[in-house]
Amino acid sequence: MSAQNDTPETSGETVKLLIDGVEIPAREGQTILEAAADAGIYVPRLCYREGLPPGGHCRICTVKVNGRPTSACTFPASEGLVLENNTDELNTMRRQVVEMLFVEGNHVCPSCEASGDCELQALGYRLGMIAPQYPYQNTTRELDASHPDVMLDRNRCVLCGRCARASRELDGKSVFGFEGRGIGKRIAVNASHGLAGTDIDAADEAVAACPTGCLLVKRQANLIPVGKRTYDKTPIGTDVEA
Amino acid sequence: MVETDVVNRIVQQFGGDRTRLLDMARAVHAELGHISEETVAALAKALDVPRVEVRDMVSFYAFFFREPHGTNVIYLCHAVVERMQGADDIARALEEATGTTFGASDPDADITLRYTSCIGLSDQAPSALVNGVPVTNLTVDDVPELVAALRGGRDITRLRQAQVGNDVRTAGQVIFAPTERGAAVRKAVTMTPDAIIEELNVARLRGRGGAGFPTAMKWKFCRQAKEDVHYVVCNADEGEPGTFKDRAILALQPNLVFGGMTVAARALGARKGILYLRAEYEYLLRDLESELDKRRHLGLLGDNICGCEGFDFDIRIQLGAGAYICGEESALIESLEGKRGAPRARPPFPVEHGYLGKPTSVNNVETLCCAARILVEGGAWFADIGTKDSTGTKLLSVSGDCTKPGVYELEYGLTVLQLLERVGAENAQAVQMGGPSGQCLARKDFARSISFEDLPTGGSVIIFGPERDLLEAMRQFTAFFAEESCGWCAPCRVGTTLLEKCLQKILDGKGTFSDLEALETLGETVKTMSRCGLGQTAANPILTTLRNFPILYADRVRSDDGVMAFDLERAKEECCSVAGRAPATGEETP
Ligand SMILES: Cc1cc2nc3c(=O)[nH]c(=O)nc-3n(C[C@H](O)[C@H](O)[C@H](O)COP(=O)(O)O)c2cc1C
Ligand code: SF4
Ligand code: SF4
Ligand code: FES
Repeated sequence: MSAQNDTPETSGETVKLLIDGVEIPAREGQTILEAAADAGIYVPRLCYREGLPPGGHCRICTVKVNGRPTSACTFPASEGLVLENNTDELNTMRRQVVEMLFVEGNHVCPSCEASGDCELQALGYRLGMIAPQYPYQNTTRELDASHPDVMLDRNRCVLCGRCARASRELDGKSVFGFEGRGIGKRIAVNASHGLAGTDIDAADEAVAACPTGCLLVKRQANLIPVGKRTYDKTPIGTDVEA
Repeated sequence: MVETDVVNRIVQQFGGDRTRLLDMARAVHAELGHISEETVAALAKALDVPRVEVRDMVSFYAFFFREPHGTNVIYLCHAVVERMQGADDIARALEEATGTTFGASDPDADITLRYTSCIGLSDQAPSALVNGVPVTNLTVDDVPELVAALRGGRDITRLRQAQVGNDVRTAGQVIFAPTERGAAVRKAVTMTPDAIIEELNVARLRGRGGAGFPTAMKWKFCRQAKEDVHYVVCNADEGEPGTFKDRAILALQPNLVFGGMTVAARALGARKGILYLRAEYEYLLRDLESELDKRRHLGLLGDNICGCEGFDFDIRIQLGAGAYICGEESALIESLEGKRGAPRARPPFPVEHGYLGKPTSVNNVETLCCAARILVEGGAWFADIGTKDSTGTKLLSVSGDCTKPGVYELEYGLTVLQLLERVGAENAQAVQMGGPSGQCLARKDFARSISFEDLPTGGSVIIFGPERDLLEAMRQFTAFFAEESCGWCAPCRVGTTLLEKCLQKILDGKGTFSDLEALETLGETVKTMSRCGLGQTAANPILTTLRNFPILYADRVRSDDGVMAFDLERAKEECCSVAGRAPATGEETP
């Protein structure tokens, strides 16, 4: 899997980018997404997670680089790039991709214990989604409760691959991978079937890396009440803009 | 366990090299008939990699069975052109004759039926791959004999329909002119790498695989990339529905292909070349291998080629396993490395960071043939053919509603109408130029010229006669993309399926004018947000027909009055009452 996830090389030299008309500094080779974040500019993202190599799966971070759409989480900064980020056109398309993810899986926000902490839900709010305009696909997705401490509910999986990257890069394990292709693609575990057959631990970075309620530690539900959760008060991205 | 023994032996054959996993899986599949979860585990153990990694790969390719199936497998091509020529009737006849159904897995059956997308035989449709053997020009009457032959264990290669015609309707000066084996390589050894690249530059050769990138520039970038090892890759994945010109080249002019690869090796300083051959073309493998052997005997491959000290180069052939996306160059490279065919993030580009992380030039079969011919005849000679920005000839694979389907080698600059006259299709309603990922042209476009500057094409030309249901064909094209989406990125993975469903709804007579708007918006989003060329072009069948055939759509939808599929306000109220709060208005966020 190496080549897919190489973090772009950073030469360290400072370059200048123009993002929505604002000039910002960046280290050459640093991704556009991170350069923007360093300058306090939020590029909406889902499959990106700080400290992990980028995946390029969700495309929500799509920006225009010199007029061409590309993912900010994978594109290296270089001198003089002209970027569009916070435009109506891009935000509308980003919202549509979020809606696609909602109808692809089976998301039950009101009864999901990740509600309020979920990055997908928070992006929906931030991007102004009211209800998905596409038909729900109602696909069959396996729930894996085999492990004593960790639960995997594929109904809520957005195939961001964060668990797989975190397991490999940070935990030094390979608990997760992908399986199948197209709309039939699923997250898979490193056992004949079931998380119970893997060496996952509830404290693994892989579990913490999941942006939705797909990977959950058991017996933690509702320890933090609604109203006090991450995105209840402040929209996603506020931390970057702070 | 048998599985473990087979797996261990095969892994050993490949020296336990993880990057050859696709070959190992193919070999295991050939022996055991399928790749079970136990086999996955055995492969993982033998290679000392996580089993999830092996499953990731084998679950990706269409031609790997994961469960036991019949001893004989019929892959009936079910692409648009094939269905226009009666593939559905063949399917019914096959189901009747075998007593089984398409898609079903019946381990006791001696025959398994599967549909597959274009197998590169649209000029002799309907066609199928029967245990890997191509059978063409099928009629319903042929089916009982075919099934009886399989059941009787007879050699199906002896069936009348088991032949592939490689009729070249028009041979041009570049690809199908007579060739002398080794001429290009003998010329190349007298030239410096820079001189070779300059010759292509003079020829103004552009890639024939779709993107039209100048070949001299690609080779120059690759050569300049500072690494000890460089690779030459020939892209023979030819998966665009309606294309079959590379098949004709590989069958008729293999020496030109390998000559082109060797010329590239000389220019790049590469010692290894790989030809990636789509699994559907496995039947070409034997002749290709024997051509390689001949070249080795003649000193056109191997060490000190043509007596040129230090010019060492050899070629291996990598078979695919059924995935259209593996034609995309970075996905192809992933596949070569024994992984799922998922495109890579770019930059870095393959010319800097390709196969095994080394600079790699991926070129189409036809492009490499052009390069070989240019060395022999000269860049200026080549630049004189065609138009200013589109030099040389182009191979077109013509199929669909025409009297003379087949491969045509024509000078760039020809108009669509001139082509239609030549192939016997003057009454065409529409022409799909460049296959599903290209554009669907209406009569108003027929005066346009086939060239990079006007109508670029990878070579697939599908013709729709006046009676065809064009939108149904577009739905099938869209379904093809949904089927072939690698699934890496959300807009393509989900969006292609949504596009197909939305169009289906319209064809079912349940659509409204607002669905047409939604279809267009969705199409633009999939195009803009997708990660690679597949997703970026998957909406083209719909977007180009919305533009060129708006009346066909208008005829299929109802007026918006009173037929809204759902009530937004009501849905909102419902959600609010369930969630116990009001949705974000967008105003509270910056
Ligand atoms: C989805 C997809 C499928 C492709 N399939 C093929 C193919 O079958 N053959 C091919 O030569 N190029 C194909 N390409 C284009 C290749 O990525 C690449 O541009 C080409 O092989 C370069 O060769 P050229 O420079 O000689 O044209 C495909 C691209 C995409 C996005
Ligand atoms: S389980 Fe969670 S982290 Fe893993 S791919 Fe699914 S949504 Fe992403
Ligand atoms: S656009 Fe489609 S084929 Fe390309 S990476 Fe995304 S999912 Fe895969
Ligand atoms: S955050 Fe960049 S593609 Fe997902």
